[in-house]
Amino acid sequence: MAIKAGSLVDPCSTLITKTGAWRTFVPVVDHEKCIKCSLCEIYCPEGCVHQEEGLFVPDLAYCKGCSVCANECPRMAITMVLEEK
Amino acid sequence: MSEKTTNMKVVEGSYAVAHAVMCCRPDVISAYPITPQTHIVENLSQMVADGDLDSEFLTVDSEFSALSVLIGASACGARSYSSTTSQGLALMYEVLYNVSGMRVPIVMNVANRAVGAPLNIWNDQQDAIGARDVGWIQIYAEDVQEAVDATLQAYKIAEDSGIRTPVMVCMDGFVLTHVYEPVHLLDKELAREFLPDYKPANILDPAHPMTFGAFADPSTFTEFRYQQFEAHQKALVKIEDVAREFEETFGRYYGGLLDGYFLDDAETVIVTLGSVVGTIKDAIDDMRSVGKKVGLLKLRSYRPFPVQALRKALKNANCIAVIEKDVAIGGEAGLVTDLKSAFYNSSIRTPIIGFVAGLGGRDITIKDIRKIVAKAEASRGRIESEFEFLDLRTEIL
Repeated sequence: MAIKAGSLVDPCSTLITKTGAWRTFVPVVDHEKCIKCSLCEIYCPEGCVHQEEGLFVPDLAYCKGCSVCANECPRMAITMVLEEK
Repeated sequence: MSEKTTNMKVVEGSYAVAHAVMCCRPDVISAYPITPQTHIVENLSQMVADGDLDSEFLTVDSEFSALSVLIGASACGARSYSSTTSQGLALMYEVLYNVSGMRVPIVMNVANRAVGAPLNIWNDQQDAIGARDVGWIQIYAEDVQEAVDATLQAYKIAEDSGIRTPVMVCMDGFVLTHVYEPVHLLDKELAREFLPDYKPANILDPAHPMTFGAFADPSTFTEFRYQQFEAHQKALVKIEDVAREFEETFGRYYGGLLDGYFLDDAETVIVTLGSVVGTIKDAIDDMRSVGKKVGLLKLRSYRPFPVQALRKALKNANCIAVIEKDVAIGGEAGLVTDLKSAFYNSSIRTPIIGFVAGLGGRDITIKDIRKIVAKAEASRGRIESEFEFLDLRTEIL
């Protein structure tokens, strides 16, 4: 999509601008351990944890790998893994 | 006397420029007073108070705020104006980039002054030359008339839909802001014909929400910078076109990007910008009267830097002396460095020597000009010194 001089953008530009590339560690969820308390979704500073078919998953297009979800998870169901790109 | 030569008045430079701003009909003016710019905005404030100018005049807490306010105003579609100098321009530094990056066509008169420390309120051009890379167009005036005319021209250049780039109209502090001289004040109706109302394609409007200057990650940032670079290239053409259009309407022309004085057959050429041009012209008249082939190149547009026009205009010179009122401490100085870089990959191998003079308000005299001409002539054989402080008082060091 062509850019507009002056960095003029229409509303909802974050749908286009993906920021997940900043990530070094990626959260990996063990759904066997997950008790669906939703603390990861509540604490995620990006608001990118959401449910897919009842399972809590991070949206990796925006997840920065901050590990807040892993830290808050009471069942240690989330592991931060070094991501290779 | 033709219509075009009437309405000449002896006024202070600051008043003349304020009058020109009034003829540009800015919707919003925001400024913070600082010597020697104060009289410009004082006059504008008076014009608004008297009902001569229908404009929102905002008094703010600092130059940082003055220019920041104008970003919002300009983004809303208001023609916007400010004026500053020296430490005021320095305080605007961050905002200067925001203005040019958001492509809001603000016009600002800079009453050129030294930048402290040491504290000094007098004229040199350190302030504007120091801000040469912020993305603004910079036009330098030789006299009050040029400052007046360039102010009107500036909006036409800045607001062009293909350019949308802010413009600084630089005029030497005190030398031009406080001098009383005869000036053709602009005719309001002619100015309106020349400069129609500002109607930008995109504005901040709640009915059609849009962000100006949005976040740009590494995948797009370069391209935004490139667009600014490209706009300056377009401005090289536009500045010349606007100067010619101005001539058609007002009957005055003194070069678009640059102007010459006895340039065609000159062997030694002095290159400079700003009000010192007047002194140099007098010195050249003297030297010409005794057969010395000396000429002058006056740069009007320092940003964009007109590389091709300079190469063309200086191709016949056999020595070039640059004199300027700024110093790039640790390097040389703005204009001489840029001129050398413009010539390096060309076939022109003329010696270029640089002189810093007139810092902090020290007068540049005809004697000084003769001195640099002599040094430039000597440089044809062998360059003794590429760059020096011309009027250095070694006895007090």
